[in-house]
Amino acid sequence: MARTISYREALNEALVQEMERDQSVIVMGEDNAGGAGAPGADDAWGGVLGVTKGLYDRFPGRVLDTPITESAFVGAAIGAATRGMRPVAELMFIDFLGVCLDQIYNQAAKFRYMFGGKAVTPVVIRTMYGAGLRAAAQHSQSLYPIFTHIPGLKVVLPSSPYEAKGLLTTAIRDNDPVIFCEHKALYDTTGEVPEEPYTIPFGEADIVREGDDLTIVAFGRMVSVAAEAADELARSGVRCEVIDPRTTSPLDEETILESVENTGRLVIVDEATPRCNLATDVSALVARQAFGSLLAPIEMVTPPHTPVPFSDVLEDLYIPDAQRVVNAVKNVMSWER
Amino acid sequence: MTGTLRPTGALDATALLDGYRTMRTIREFEERVHEEFAKGDIPGFVHLYAGEEASATGVCTHLDDRDSIASTHRGHGHCIAKGVDVTEMMAEIYGRRTGACKGKGGSMHIADLSKGMLGANGIVGGGPPLICGTALAAKQQGTGGVGVAFFGDGASNQGSTLEAMNLASVWNLPAVFVAENNGYAEATAATWSVAADNIADRAAGFGMPGVIVDGFDFFAVHEAAGEAVQRARDGGGPTLIEVKLTRYYGHFEGDQQTYRGDEVARARAELDCLKTFRSRVTAAGQLTDEQLDAVDREVAELIDHAVAAALEAPKPTGDDLETDVYISY
Amino acid sequence: MTDERIHRVTMPKWGLSMATGKITDWWAAEGDDVSDGDDLAEIDTDKIAGTLESTGDGVLRRIVVAAGSDAPVGATIAVVAPAEVPDSAIDEVVAEAEQQLASGEVEEAGGPAVAEVDVGGRMISYASIGEGPEAVVLVHGFGGDKNSWLFVQEPLAEGRTVYALDLPGHGASTKDVGDGSLNALAATLVAFLDELGVEQAHLVGHSLGGAVVADAAASAPDRVRSLTLIAPAGFGSEVDADYLRGFVEASTRRELKPHLRKLFADESQVTRHLVDDLLKYKRIDGVREALQTLLGTLLHGDAQAIDTGPALAEVDVPLAVVWGRQDAVLPSTNASALADRVQVRFVDGAGHMVHMENPAATREAIESVLR
Repeated sequence: MARTISYREALNEALVQEMERDQSVIVMGEDNAGGAGAPGADDAWGGVLGVTKGLYDRFPGRVLDTPITESAFVGAAIGAATRGMRPVAELMFIDFLGVCLDQIYNQAAKFRYMFGGKAVTPVVIRTMYGAGLRAAAQHSQSLYPIFTHIPGLKVVLPSSPYEAKGLLTTAIRDNDPVIFCEHKALYDTTGEVPEEPYTIPFGEADIVREGDDLTIVAFGRMVSVAAEAADELARSGVRCEVIDPRTTSPLDEETILESVENTGRLVIVDEATPRCNLATDVSALVARQAFGSLLAPIEMVTPPHTPVPFSDVLEDLYIPDAQRVVNAVKNVMSWER
Repeated sequence: MTGTLRPTGALDATALLDGYRTMRTIREFEERVHEEFAKGDIPGFVHLYAGEEASATGVCTHLDDRDSIASTHRGHGHCIAKGVDVTEMMAEIYGRRTGACKGKGGSMHIADLSKGMLGANGIVGGGPPLICGTALAAKQQGTGGVGVAFFGDGASNQGSTLEAMNLASVWNLPAVFVAENNGYAEATAATWSVAADNIADRAAGFGMPGVIVDGFDFFAVHEAAGEAVQRARDGGGPTLIEVKLTRYYGHFEGDQQTYRGDEVARARAELDCLKTFRSRVTAAGQLTDEQLDAVDREVAELIDHAVAAALEAPKPTGDDLETDVYISY
Repeated sequence: MTDERIHRVTMPKWGLSMATGKITDWWAAEGDDVSDGDDLAEIDTDKIAGTLESTGDGVLRRIVVAAGSDAPVGATIAVVAPAEVPDSAIDEVVAEAEQQLASGEVEEAGGPAVAEVDVGGRMISYASIGEGPEAVVLVHGFGGDKNSWLFVQEPLAEGRTVYALDLPGHGASTKDVGDGSLNALAATLVAFLDELGVEQAHLVGHSLGGAVVADAAASAPDRVRSLTLIAPAGFGSEVDADYLRGFVEASTRRELKPHLRKLFADESQVTRHLVDDLLKYKRIDGVREALQTLLGTLLHGDAQAIDTGPALAEVDVPLAVVWGRQDAVLPSTNASALADRVQVRFVDGAGHMVHMENPAATREAIESVLR
């Protein structure tokens, strides 16, 4: 039975249900229990994001606090995954990938291939990305394109509570390493989520709005921005199809191509900076494989190619909003050769 | 010869023969790869373990399939000591489809997870964090297994290694850290790059015992590793063992070794682990030269066979290029 | 006090999550005579598009919410009354409705209320609406759920209590179906009546649900006042086995959608939301296993495995049967197995989901045995 809960609660529920279902699921990260070693620490926090709250008491010995040592504990999660565990490690901010990237992209991602298909590394690395909380340049980035670039990793961008629970459940049950990217501005958003465990397959896009005039492909938090723009555009008679790929690796190319073949127009909304991001990737895909269907140039709505600024004025300008999407759509709709 | 014949511990004849066979296999394997590489048949980067045999063997003798090891770019010795199939290893080094990794890994990535061998590793310092994980898994699963990280003097300066040692202590993991200090990180002397007098001295900073052993002495390594592995199995937490040794070849095959003096020739002549092993066990009357010679012949045949099989084996085909990236879904 | 002859047409609640609806078209104009079952308006929600049918007779006196506009569930969107009701009375009702719309103080529309009940250790979810001594119980088909009755349940509820339940393995009910046999499903239905304190009920079943209600009537004849079978399973041997297997196997939109097209005469009924809702259901742990088990009940090779005819022959209650002429899943030729017993109502322009494609014809059949 579905009821309305938050994105954070949906993630927590997926963890609880999978830990109940499978003893090999363990959780680790900074403050995931609540700060081991401090007086009154047990379960005080449940992660700085609050996603692991309540797990420490419920699953004794299976929720591990770590020192601030991303390289070691992310590596430990990966090592444990090769030996029959299903660890879920929390990399607090995606911006910290620089201090543990080797373990992710040279170790976990490559084991299966370079060991001739004999390795299984079912690790999930949950991490928080995105701008919007005035967290400035080192705590606000949308770095998922970096992971998407690496063969062997699966990359997930849940856009809603329903997606959050179903995709995290799939991620935990998946036998490949999964980078699970949670947008910090989505934790308190709410939506209908079934109480029972369920899985959403990777590589299947969600069609958030249907329309024949123009296709909008949006990622993660940008899905709701695109949907808002589509609603506004619908009032002026422009019917946009909004596609949420849900995972950037694997990417549901077929749904994107089918839609563009139908609409002939494409706008991509990506919170990642514009060079080598998902918007350029999808542009290339469509330009190569649906060129004949295009009625107008492809538009990308992205932040500028700068670090994320701190000041509210600047950050608000930085993040793509519905108005910018509306403008982009209007540009494409009115394009003439 | 040093002539110092210390006791050889409580190993029986079978265990001694096994230890000798493993060391001899590593030596023969590496000498042969050295020769074959010179012929130009072996592609890529190859880093040889010859000279360091007592370390891998002395440690891995204490391990079984519950236990896991992480290795380095100089990993052939660790693979052999942990039981990876020698024929498959040779085929892998030749890039053949019958290799341990179907020709997709090569010398630096030979692995056999069924044997708890997590792979040679092309990244200096890549292995120690992984071992925290395998040790954690063993602890969670209650198998009594331990995780052993082999790394070099170069990796002893790498943050991931230091982080892993700290985490292993914080989590009280059944882990052993084996620093194989062969004196050089590539061409850079450890006496310059390691700020402490000994790598083992760093153990104090992570709240674990640190011991130094002579890497030419199988028995010394065996004894120190035995204590460390037992402590780990008993829940006593991690240990750092610094094994001081010398590699007989360059950093990689083709290295002109302009940075080294005559230490290799001296080591081969006076300290060599196989020679000292032989003289000690025969002097103690535990094994005979005939027994050891028989092992030498058996190993030579094995390696001959491995090379011949590798040369005959097919290379991968285009069909293999895109497989084994993801598990199908 | 409003004139009792004035009938307010309100925005229906089609599905639990529906809060507002958009009127895309009015099929009747002000001044038109309308009768029960006539199409009044086309309504679009975030989930489903459907036709609102009149539930009363009279003249469409006033349209309150114009085509192209949204209105909250429960809002008065039109007024129907006999011609003799004076305009001033109509004006009053319209003014009140407009004031409510403007202020946003629309009374929370009833709509079916959802509850759960423990039936023999399984949680059974059901929706109920209406108050009245007579009980009607609606039982969905294979892979369906209580929401498939959204166009039927509320209109039946005047003076009656109408229940729609989720069979085990379906909707929000427990996903464990046990052996998945027809007898077990029918026993669950009877136990459901026990739990709710319903002594006798009019049973309505679609597809697999049709076989279930027939079996329940045979095993507990004193509990059943009438039967309405809508494209029921268990009669004749024909069935589109590929559809059934394909429905169970499909895990993506691309795989599922072609199968769902077989359910309707008008394929445009297979909306994105219909597909999404079914995918959401199919993704839940245990559903695949439940459907696999039930598939074993339904199919023997490529033919129907169940034969409900003999059981039904023993049952002596009023019986109605509705079948879509274009039914591609259980072809309407199967109805010949019932021809000697009842006049089967064939509905043109409807497929297997006749209660969604032609709710009026379905209601008419049900009501023919309620009286």
